[in-house]
Amino acid sequence: MIEIEAITKRYGDTTVVDDVSMTIAPHTITVIVGTSGSGKTTLMRMINRLVEPSEGTIRIDGADNHAIPGHELRRRIGYAIQGHGLFPHRTVAQNIATVPTLLGWERRRIDAKVEELLSLFQLDAAAFGPRYPHELSGGQQQRVGVARALAAEPNILLMDEPFGALDPVIRAKAQDDLLAIQRHFGTTIVLVTHDMEEAFHLADKIAVMDKGKIVQYAAPEEMLVNPATDFVETLIGAGERPFRLLSVGTTGEAAEAGTADGEPLAADASQRDALSALLWSGRDALPVVGADGEPIGRVTLAGLARRAARPQ
Amino acid sequence: MTLRIDKLGVVIAALLAYGAFVAPFANFRANRIVPGEARTILEALPSGLGAALLVFVAVSLVVIVLKTPTLLRLVLGLAATLALALLIGLSARYLTPPENTYARVAPASGFWLTSFAFVLLTADALTRLRLSPYARIALLAAVAAAAAGLLLSGAWDGLSILKEYASRADTFWLEASRHVVLALGSLAAAALFGLPIGILCHRVEALRAGVLNVLNIIQTIPSIALFGLLIAPLGWIAVHVPGASAIGIRGIGAAPAFVALFLYSLLPVVANTVVGLAGVPRDANEAARGIGMTDRQRLFGVELPLAFPVILTGIRIVLVQNIGLATIAALIGGGGFGVFVFQGIGQTAMDLVLLGAVPTVALAFAAAVVLDAATELSNSKPGRAA
Repeated sequence: MIEIEAITKRYGDTTVVDDVSMTIAPHTITVIVGTSGSGKTTLMRMINRLVEPSEGTIRIDGADNHAIPGHELRRRIGYAIQGHGLFPHRTVAQNIATVPTLLGWERRRIDAKVEELLSLFQLDAAAFGPRYPHELSGGQQQRVGVARALAAEPNILLMDEPFGALDPVIRAKAQDDLLAIQRHFGTTIVLVTHDMEEAFHLADKIAVMDKGKIVQYAAPEEMLVNPATDFVETLIGAGERPFRLLSVGTTGEAAEAGTADGEPLAADASQRDALSALLWSGRDALPVVGADGEPIGRVTLAGLARRAARPQ
Repeated sequence: MTLRIDKLGVVIAALLAYGAFVAPFANFRANRIVPGEARTILEALPSGLGAALLVFVAVSLVVIVLKTPTLLRLVLGLAATLALALLIGLSARYLTPPENTYARVAPASGFWLTSFAFVLLTADALTRLRLSPYARIALLAAVAAAAAGLLLSGAWDGLSILKEYASRADTFWLEASRHVVLALGSLAAAALFGLPIGILCHRVEALRAGVLNVLNIIQTIPSIALFGLLIAPLGWIAVHVPGASAIGIRGIGAAPAFVALFLYSLLPVVANTVVGLAGVPRDANEAARGIGMTDRQRLFGVELPLAFPVILTGIRIVLVQNIGLATIAALIGGGGFGVFVFQGIGQTAMDLVLLGAVPTVALAFAAAVVLDAATELSNSKPGRAA
């Protein structure tokens, strides 16, 4: 649990973050969105004290984050940034081992952790461990960057536009990987982005920032239905609303009883993907299968249309 | 097979042809200070040998001008350089009348030009072969060993420069050690002070411009003027600070030379440290802070290792510069190879000048090769591709 209480950051006369309070529930993904200069990155960086607040306090699991020195605090909180920030002179394994080494873990425990994380990120430990960052593709570098952030098993992971430098295909994959990782470790993730698509895809709760203030802090569905201000509505994009609504639900939730012909859809695909498949195939209905490949029903155009309509 | 012309080869061949067929090979003088008489290759070498050398040069010209295998060019360059080294020694013995200890035989422009052409050929071949840093150092060691072998075997004993050496053998090694101590000692001191100053300049932006400007200005003071400027303060320190004169600090001598070299060394070390640290990727620095490194851990674990190749380049500049500059120290009694250079100039004895100049050049060249190899090694660590 992260409790942000009346936090303010001023640089000279400019107030970058203005009296923000919010509570971030444990084991959730909170996405902070906003335009450039809205203060979203500064807000996040005050959680691990890369930026010191001018006023206000932040408590992590009840303890003031000023109770321990900044660098010790940061070793307990994972941190991943855009462009990965890997150390070019250290191997992949050494990069991932950075924080455990700082914490003085035993060699064997570190090696085991590095291996576990690499395989979790679908990188062969024997092949990738000894390589240097520049020998990796952009997507692989980004995964190693996140693996490094998770190496000391932090409860909290802060991510500053972690997927900003990736191409769209790899970005979608990286986002799905992140969701899987979050379910695996139950990490509390705070992620900063300006990509609304990404926010709706990942977030349990979205905080919209504008000019240093939080204008709305709500679950994605709630935000779609009741945008607090015109700014939020613009950010969401009025034309995108039905599709965003579909993208927060899974096909499994939209499945109805019955059968249909055609290429089956996976139950964990988003309803937006299901709509796309229906439109493209020219059919009114498609079968839905579970993770085990067993049919669990079908989705229909009409059913999805009802779900995409403004909730009453 | 078509014959193709090697562009650099044409230049080398022109040098070689002029050096071998036009310019004099050796210089004969009745004693060490009278003007010399030029001797061509045919006159300077015993009959047959001179003609053989000219034929060898003619064949070499063809090999050099045409595009030939790099390895062949390397072997030719090395073999020819060694042959010339042996022949000039032979020529000295051949030209010196028996029982005459006054006559001097020195290499003349033709020898230097032909040698230079073959060395250039070797260097070009080495560049094309892209030898690994270790191989380059091994080659340097082999060349040094060959030169030492020639010196010890007495093959060069007839040459004027070694006759000068023979009458100064004791002081030569004393001045050599002084020269090395001056050049390396001032470098060590500059690294010791320059690195922290560079780090400080990197961290405290307000200092940067000021410090670098001051060091720049020092760099522009002519060395003689700097020695002069140092006489008064160092003399004052020697008199007024207890123990200062006991450790060798005085207005003239090694102390001002050391201080001047140290001051000249600071700019390259500090500037390269600042540039190197500024070149550390922002992401890496940001991540280092974000995952909980302290400032010290970040400096030693991330910033300095990444800046190291650039800092090493600065050290290389300083070392080569100091080996050359240390020659001037002799002007104020600081010792070093410069002693021979200035004595030689005073006596118009060019051989004595060479006795000071040749070891200085050799030392600077060796230092450059070793540090270039070290820089490349630190650069080629897999993590630092470009």
